Amino acid sequence: MGVGIEVRGLNAYYGKHLALKSIDMTVPANHVTAVIGPSGCGKSTFVRCLNRMHETIPEASAEGDVKVGGISVYGEGTDPVEVRRRIGMVFQKPNPFPTMSIYDNVAAGLRLNGFRNRRQMDELVERSLKLSALWDEVKDTLHKKSGASLSGGQQQRLCIARSLAVEPEVLLMDEPASALDPISTSKIEELIFQLKQHYTVVIVTHNMQQAARVAELTGFFLMGSLIEYDKTEKIFTAPADKRTEDYITGRFG
Amino acid sequence: MHKPPESPQTLSIWRRLTNHTATGFAMVAAVLVIVPLLAIFVDLVMKGASSFNLAFLTQTPKPPGEVGGGMANAIVGTGLILVVASVLGLPLGIGCGIYLAEYGRGRSGDLIRFTADVLNGIPSIVIGMAVYGLIVLRQKHFSAFSGGVALGIMMIPTIARATEEMLLMVPNVVREAALGLGIPKWRTALSITLRTASAGVITGCMLAFARVAGETAPLLFTAFGNQFWNLKLNQPTAALALQVYTYGLSPYDDWHKQAWTGALILIVMIVGAVAAVRIVTSRGKLKGAS
Repeated sequence: MGVGIEVRGLNAYYGKHLALKSIDMTVPANHVTAVIGPSGCGKSTFVRCLNRMHETIPEASAEGDVKVGGISVYGEGTDPVEVRRRIGMVFQKPNPFPTMSIYDNVAAGLRLNGFRNRRQMDELVERSLKLSALWDEVKDTLHKKSGASLSGGQQQRLCIARSLAVEPEVLLMDEPASALDPISTSKIEELIFQLKQHYTVVIVTHNMQQAARVAELTGFFLMGSLIEYDKTEKIFTAPADKRTEDYITGRFG
Repeated sequence: MHKPPESPQTLSIWRRLTNHTATGFAMVAAVLVIVPLLAIFVDLVMKGASSFNLAFLTQTPKPPGEVGGGMANAIVGTGLILVVASVLGLPLGIGCGIYLAEYGRGRSGDLIRFTADVLNGIPSIVIGMAVYGLIVLRQKHFSAFSGGVALGIMMIPTIARATEEMLLMVPNVVREAALGLGIPKWRTALSITLRTASAGVITGCMLAFARVAGETAPLLFTAFGNQFWNLKLNQPTAALALQVYTYGLSPYDDWHKQAWTGALILIVMIVGAVAAVRIVTSRGKLKGAS
């Protein structure tokens, strides 16, 4: 099951540059929450802070109070590796491991975390590929084909399956459909809708229609600040802030 | 209506001329690379094949004046030395490359990179002398081990820099994917990044291996050579390159012939080893893998 996320006073830096300014945000469990905003507003940085991927960039750092299902993500003694194991991430560009088979791609997270049981691994791989709606397309070539031989849309669903296989509680998606064609995009969107039964999903998107279609809650970021955060319907029909209104009506960004 | 693109027939003469010139240059360069290689190989076969027989592969050298004998002990000795060199050079070289690519951003990385480049440029005989001072003088005798160490040291910088270059070609999104799955950084470097770059890393290793396999100078002060069988690491050992060197400088005609055969065997061994690694590593390749 998914867990909720509590963010209080989150600051993120690139070197000395302050990229996120004191973000407060509460993401409910088993919901889809969208993060929108113009390029460079900090929305990707925000989700990358939730699973401590932000600090893997040289010179980048973050501070603040982030709780995911009771774990203090930035707490003293919290292992970032453990955090990432519980919070899956799907990236903008599909990034399957190019030299691995489809099966090995999905199993990679389990194997490299010391999981050894063959039969259980088979089950988890099948379950993850079914959840990500890719199973029927790849079940006959699991061990024969490389993950890189799939189409872009299939690759992205493979990456989602790979994240799901390690059984995270939260799934972060950083513009998961921005490199895909409309048909693949709609498949991913359908998938996101299904996934919220089992996971808490946070999705970054450039595409406002996409946010409106998949998310129950939407947060609008601008220049490193969270301007407005509310029910998606409210954000798109009656935004409280002038800047949100300007953005969703296409007056800038 | 769109205008159809210019067809090749109507291309200007100038463009066609430059096109043909460039293609021509590339072909000439390719031929120039292959010709010396082929010439050496053909020459070796012509001069070396006549003395090649079973005895050459199974017997030890005969004393001067006696006809026959072989270089079996040198073939085994070369193998022994190369095993020691690889055991030392491969893990250290690859490990160093991983450090440079994945961790070595700061001062320490630059220092290691610089050291590796300098080490790469040191004449092989100097490395032989250094190992002589470090190992042979202390143990008070020449040995296969010291020969292997000398060659292993020569392998490290080549492998380290090749590994680094290959790892840096792996897109960062692949590393991020692995880290995002909760795989620790060291595990990501070994099992994901290195694996993704493995084809190139193996090529780098083979280049380093082939280069040191034919080295003679560093072995003069270390492995030293031996007219008899030796399988012990702490004893002086024969090596093909050394044997070819000694026989080639000798005043005897049949030794000259054997030197040619030894050189031929050495080349065949190197080509064989490289080909074997290529075959083994390409076997598990997947459909559509990059």
